[in-house]
Amino acid sequence: MPKPEFIYVTYIETAAEKLWEALTSSEFSKRYWFDTELKTDWKVGSPFALVMNGTTRDVGEVLEFDRPRRLSYTFRHVLSEEARKERPTKVLFVLEPHGKLVKLTLTHEDFEPGSKLLDGISKGWPAILASLKTMLETGTALSIPPAALAIEGFQ
Amino acid sequence: MNIDKFKPAIIYTIYIVSTPERVWQALTSAEFSRQYFFGNAVDIDLRVGGAYVVRTPDGALHISGEVIECDPPNRLTVTFNVNWPALIEKLGPTLVSYEIEPVGEVVKLTLLESHDRPLSDDILAGGRSGWPAILSSLKSLLETGHAPVIQMAPPPQMLAALKAMGIETP
Repeated sequence: MPKPEFIYVTYIETAAEKLWEALTSSEFSKRYWFDTELKTDWKVGSPFALVMNGTTRDVGEVLEFDRPRRLSYTFRHVLSEEARKERPTKVLFVLEPHGKLVKLTLTHEDFEPGSKLLDGISKGWPAILASLKTMLETGTALSIPPAALAIEGFQ
Repeated sequence: MNIDKFKPAIIYTIYIVSTPERVWQALTSAEFSRQYFFGNAVDIDLRVGGAYVVRTPDGALHISGEVIECDPPNRLTVTFNVNWPALIEKLGPTLVSYEIEPVGEVVKLTLLESHDRPLSDDILAGGRSGWPAILSSLKSLLETGHAPVIQMAPPPQMLAALKAMGIETP
């Protein structure tokens, strides 16, 4: 059986600092991340929350904040009873300069076997990261209807 | 060819501001592929059983295969065999599918690389590193009119694993 994890790589024509800003500030995340705000002070050990249209969907704790190279936090979905019972997972972004681009590698891991959350985030991250890439390269994020992702409880 | 026993080993989904027709054209024409696919030229006879060929910038045959499914602009499946001696005998054929789906104002493109047997992570490292670069560049090309050049060498662990299996690589 493959390890329950989700890995996604994308190359973005931007500067690592700009990408870092986009990954860590609500001003940007609201534009490319389905109107989601990042609530945290980004100090290692501080609480972290993803708030979409005023509703807290996911919570965690900041694990790493190494600007502009590595960003990591724990991640627990809190909207469904089932997901609340799962143990916290871990999100890691690694930013590496690659010629005139930045290679962004997302690793989301530490899922329980049979995790419901893994299915949802596997559908969500490609849309979020595609929107992020488009925003940084063209100035305008994607408009993907949330329902089109076919994630349970995400409309 | 019976594709029932092939299972996806790599799945990569990307969303592009474009139309299904434009994405289809980008996947099937050399004019586009030279810009986003490491300079390689795609040549495809768009009918089931038609030839699918990819040539390197110097004209050498790099990948050869045939069209298995052709439903423009929704779905394309080809065999995708890298032209390295003994590769197909040792690893079996590789199947590549593109699924194109309109989602609101954008297009969802899903790439599936499938095999008829389990392959090691070292072997799969080739596709896992290559597809994100190719499809990131394709997305930029369709959205901005310009494809960033993403320099990339085959992953060392893949070359070592192929060599250990007696497969010659350039």
